Amino acid sequence: MNRFDQSIAQPAGNTLAVNKVIRNTYMLLSATLVFSAVMATVSIATAMPPMTYLVSLIVSMLLGMFVLPRTANSASGIGVIFLITGLMGFGLGAVLSLYLQLPHGPQTIATALGGTGVIFLGLSGYALTSRRDFSFMGGFIFSGMMVMMVAIIANLFLQMPALQLAIAGGVMLLMSGYILFQTSQMMNGGETNYINATYGLYIAIFNIFISLLQLLGIFGDD
Amino acid sequence: MDNLWLQIGAAVVFGMMLFFIYPNAKHWMKNAPKAQQGDWMAALLPLAAVVGFVILLIFLVR
Repeated sequence: MNRFDQSIAQPAGNTLAVNKVIRNTYMLLSATLVFSAVMATVSIATAMPPMTYLVSLIVSMLLGMFVLPRTANSASGIGVIFLITGLMGFGLGAVLSLYLQLPHGPQTIATALGGTGVIFLGLSGYALTSRRDFSFMGGFIFSGMMVMMVAIIANLFLQMPALQLAIAGGVMLLMSGYILFQTSQMMNGGETNYINATYGLYIAIFNIFISLLQLLGIFGDD
Repeated sequence: MDNLWLQIGAAVVFGMMLFFIYPNAKHWMKNAPKAQQGDWMAALLPLAAVVGFVILLIFLVR
């Protein structure tokens, strides 16, 4: 079953179940982020080449498309999500190694990391406290993702800095919207699987971090 | 040359992702509940805050 195939959000019938999904999602998300950071550190320490990023991304996307949907309802789904996030962290390490060589690289990385944390916590907090249903944004977000995907494929070959900038900005906004959408889905009973919810939020955080890193790198003159 | 094959591989996987997302995009465009009055404003406000925050971060690293 496709992991995005969620029902339209309905008022939660069982508050306890909803709270359990939210609690499990944030616990698993924290664990995967820590694991990802450890793998990124390993990647930096072993000085992995830049191509590691693309290879890790390809493998993790394939796992996310074909393996995770088949295992998300079982305990093995937890192993798969750690495999995916570990791989993505390992790939990220290769990019961070490049940034660390820049004059203001460490500062850029720290700012992007802090900024990503503030954006995620702010948006999640807003969605949780406002208790609004953001499922009306579903069509806009998924069609926006498709447009971004086409732009990313084009820029793999065109390598245009201006298009890269536009993609980074677009992805940042779309993923911010996705955090609102996914959090409200969890709250309103539209998403009942915490592994799928964790995967969605992890991807959003990862993309926001990468986009922010690019934007700060470009505008910070690095 | 290796890099070109890697780019082609990435393009293929991103293309597959397009097919993966398409049914969901179609589903949500058809079945998503209509936004009530104030819904878009409630969504655009935090997104505008994100834009402002990113601009602030850019000024901080310059």
